[in-house]
Amino acid sequence: MTIWSNFKRTARAGFIGFWRNGFVSLASVLIMTVTLFVFGSTIFINALLEASIHEVESRVDINVYFSSSAKEDDILALKTKVETLPEVALPVEYISKEDVLGNFKKHHENDEVILQSLDELDVNPFGAILNIRAKEVAQYEGIARFFADTQTDDGGTQIQKINYYNNKQAIDSLGRAVDGGRKIGASITIALALLSILITFNTIRLSTYIARDEIAVMRLVGASNGFIREPFIIAGAMYGALAGIIVLGGFYPVTYWIASSIGDFFGGLDLFAYYIEHFGEITLLLVISGIVLGSVSSFLAVRRYLRI
Amino acid sequence: MIHFDKVSKIYSDDSIALDEVSFTVNSQEFVTIVGHSGAGKSTLIKMLLLEEKPSHGTILFEKFDVSRLRRRDIPKYRRRIGTVFQDFKLIPNKTVFENVAFAMEAAGRTDEEIAADVPHVLSLVDLRKKIWNFPHELSGGEKQRVAIARAIINQPDVVIADEPTGNLDPINAREIVEILKRINSLGTTVILTTHNKDVVDAIGKRVITMEKGKIIRDNKDGKYAL
Repeated sequence: MTIWSNFKRTARAGFIGFWRNGFVSLASVLIMTVTLFVFGSTIFINALLEASIHEVESRVDINVYFSSSAKEDDILALKTKVETLPEVALPVEYISKEDVLGNFKKHHENDEVILQSLDELDVNPFGAILNIRAKEVAQYEGIARFFADTQTDDGGTQIQKINYYNNKQAIDSLGRAVDGGRKIGASITIALALLSILITFNTIRLSTYIARDEIAVMRLVGASNGFIREPFIIAGAMYGALAGIIVLGGFYPVTYWIASSIGDFFGGLDLFAYYIEHFGEITLLLVISGIVLGSVSSFLAVRRYLRI
Repeated sequence: MIHFDKVSKIYSDDSIALDEVSFTVNSQEFVTIVGHSGAGKSTLIKMLLLEEKPSHGTILFEKFDVSRLRRRDIPKYRRRIGTVFQDFKLIPNKTVFENVAFAMEAAGRTDEEIAADVPHVLSLVDLRKKIWNFPHELSGGEKQRVAIARAIINQPDVVIADEPTGNLDPINAREIVEILKRINSLGTTVILTTHNKDVVDAIGKRVITMEKGKIIRDNKDGKYAL
């Protein structure tokens, strides 16, 4: 017997077992569909959570206010230097003193007193601003320290104010909230994955329990443990693969409906576009998870009946 | 060929299934083991098939001690014994052909050998026409004939039939006995357990009588006496 003909025989026996035990197979596939759906949902929940966290993070930045006498070249040199810091998310926004003045005037266009006061000044009283965003909320502290050190070095002649220290408490709270959000997301994912594995294992165990007499007969006619086990593993893998494909197909209308229902509530993430974009990875994850879950569960379930 | 040497099976102090049983079965012999329910017949068969291990004593198959077989050698040992049971023990979701072929597949035989041998053996038990039927589509007698075909397909050294006529009417029971006698006449050792007087008398060969876990009689004349 070659390995190939042995594999063909095993695969055929697995398929026949799957097909002829139609009701048991259907029940197993349905349960695995539900568990893989839960499993797959965690992918989308995590994507939504990440998008929401990212959205909140993107609203935080450090504003560095320069004195009106600071030279533009010096500020731009500092900007270039800041952009090389690994924790800084690009681009760093530079608002020249002219733009700051223009923005101020636009903001107070209905306030004659302020506009007249500005006109009486010969020079632009505003300094330029650098707006910097960090890649992670926790990294703002380091960036603020970089500017604080620069401020100390130039004796406060260039950098007038760094607004991080005013918002430090709020940014720290946000950092904790983001960390908490990620930890809760990871915990939910792990808990749901464990639950899925447990439910799948019990379903397969039940379907194997039904076949326990059959396994006993196989042992009596001299079948080796491997020979008995392999078709069950194939059938288990087929339950998983089929359930994975059903879930994959099910997510098409579900993500489409959710995407059109929630709009851009969760950080503007289009769930349907996410599904289409990550179709390959989601397919692999669901089908492979299903195959692994089904076959490992079968392996463990049959082992119970193979003890001499 | 098979030798039981002071074999006991003790589950607890007040539950002794076999009590120092000794006997020998020679090659090509037809031995019938009779006794009431609980006499120890099935325990004896289970130990020969290694479904149970003796509490004391030794079971020799040819020259090796059965209870000392390594786990991985047990399937190979079982392929040398064909088994037939009262409740047939067919695999319900396999056809007649597949049930018989399964024993050959388990022994690692090729698809060509299976395609040639299975129909031939099914012809011997007169089931050629039911080759693609499932067990639930067969009568009791037909199911037992499938079980016999499965038991002999790998040309075993011994066929063990544990109450094979227990669920059958007299006509089917007689047919099964005739098939077993034919198998024995072709050189295969047969061990049959039964409490059917007609069956024992029809065979007319060696009879071992058991009671309360002991052998109380071992006659070569083949008469039922309990």
